[in-house]
Amino acid sequence: MGTLTEEIFTRRLGREVHAGEIVVAPVDYAMAHDVTGPLAIEAFRKLGVPLWDPQRVIMVFDHILPANTVASAGLHKVVRDFADEFGVTHVFQEGICHQLMVEKGFIRPGGIVVGADSHSTTYGALGCFSAGFGSTDIAVTFATGKTWFRVPETIRINLRGALPPGIFPKDLALKVIRMLGAEGANYLAVEWGGEAVEAMSVDERLTLANLTVDFGGKAGLCEPDEHTRAYLGEAEVYDLHPIAPVYRSLIEVDAQTLEPQIACPPAIDNVQDLSAVAGTELDEVFVGSCANGRIEDLAIVAGYFKGRQVSPRTRTIVVPASKQIYMEALARGYIQTFMEAGALVMNAGCGPCLGRQHGVLGPGERALSTSNRNYAGRMGSAQAEIYLANPAVAAASALAGVITDPRGLN
Amino acid sequence: MARVFKFGDAISTDAIIPGRYNVTTDATALGKACFIEARPDFAGTVQQGDVIIGGRNFGCGSSREHAPMAIKAAGIQAVVARSFARIFYRNAINIGLPVIQCDAIYDAVEDGDPISIDIHSGGIDVDGKMFQGETPGPVAAAIMEAGTLIDLIKTRGWAAIEEVS
Repeated sequence: MGTLTEEIFTRRLGREVHAGEIVVAPVDYAMAHDVTGPLAIEAFRKLGVPLWDPQRVIMVFDHILPANTVASAGLHKVVRDFADEFGVTHVFQEGICHQLMVEKGFIRPGGIVVGADSHSTTYGALGCFSAGFGSTDIAVTFATGKTWFRVPETIRINLRGALPPGIFPKDLALKVIRMLGAEGANYLAVEWGGEAVEAMSVDERLTLANLTVDFGGKAGLCEPDEHTRAYLGEAEVYDLHPIAPVYRSLIEVDAQTLEPQIACPPAIDNVQDLSAVAGTELDEVFVGSCANGRIEDLAIVAGYFKGRQVSPRTRTIVVPASKQIYMEALARGYIQTFMEAGALVMNAGCGPCLGRQHGVLGPGERALSTSNRNYAGRMGSAQAEIYLANPAVAAASALAGVITDPRGLN
Repeated sequence: MARVFKFGDAISTDAIIPGRYNVTTDATALGKACFIEARPDFAGTVQQGDVIIGGRNFGCGSSREHAPMAIKAAGIQAVVARSFARIFYRNAINIGLPVIQCDAIYDAVEDGDPISIDIHSGGIDVDGKMFQGETPGPVAAAIMEAGTLIDLIKTRGWAAIEEVS
């Protein structure tokens, strides 16, 4: 009985669990990356115990890949030495941790997964309870296979109707953030439902679940269904639904009347309709990230770029979220389209999103990004400005060099 | 006497310590880079025991534990804010940086005000004016009692948390 979150914890703990309870629960996997991993490893070593299970610890190099300074190379070495010493074999350098967690089959409906990265909410798209933690919490999971949770209450968000052409899950997520504010779901789980979500591919749901943390959500869940089953290539039908759930609140959003939404600097909840900021000049456009770096996103951008040139005054950077996506984009000709259009295509990973490697913004510069964070200083200089948007807006804006409504273009 | 460093709403972990300064696990180095762009004079002027007063959603954004580490290493005794982002709150408690939620104090304090805090009771004294912050939940209290989450788990294991849940 209960919300998806309560159902998952109830099954996992073998007793009825309700929101508000503090539980110590076993997890399926614990993930850390090249920035949070070294701190987690230091904390784990202080515990002085064996690793819980080398097969259930995932390490990903993605935030700085390949290492760009002696200091970052040193961090990478800390992770590699740890993996060698403790027999951790799930060590990846082929894309963003959240995309790899899904692609590599670590995420299953009804699971519980923790990650040392805030966007670990992403796996909720498959009906898995997943949340982001800091390095110390993850270190304790490395040692014990468990963590503690205060089982969260849930906000149910129903996205009504069908998405009109040119409107994407990113717009729905930003609309919800506009409505609820940047801490609207703090300490709470979010269930994404309604006709628009039922119609969405798993790639699209990953965007919604990903952005859940950006309005404070602890987890962002979609009910597993036929799309989930097809995505995972499994025969199993998942019997995981909310059962007589009691929600903290119920939000309805009309998908059919939505305009493209833009998160304006310097806050994720400073969201406006595209028309309010159209024409704003851009120095950089970034297509990628764990929010919108998947094959469907690249397909949208390639559709706009085909036979066109990006604005010479705007550097355009495309970063596929994973090697698998990169290779699929190669096979479909998207990478050639991007390069012929004048975009830079970088190796799979976090790219410019966190201002630590390529694509850094200088003082006074302005970027439009398909990522999920626009705090001052996020992508480089604290005097740079970041706008967040869907991939079609990014593509149209890269071509024009100014923020542009894609719906007038083919 | 400890003094107040007052900040606004939505102080992100990117403001506390920008991503490009996270390429170390050394607390002292992180402390020197604390608020390096958002408030460049911070690390140079903060003194051991000073207190940060924040607005709403303090510590929003990335899960980087470098953020509370940097604040603690800079010398801050505690962060008092109108509200905290979940991961930052948990990280701060885990590493032994006291965090106290208190709404009423925000409009009543200015930068540089003298302040004293009882981190266990949540009582805050600003130049003779008293405020009551929220007391930590049972798990946070157990961690604070032990010092850090690592100390708690190392000495008592999960039983320490199971018995307060």
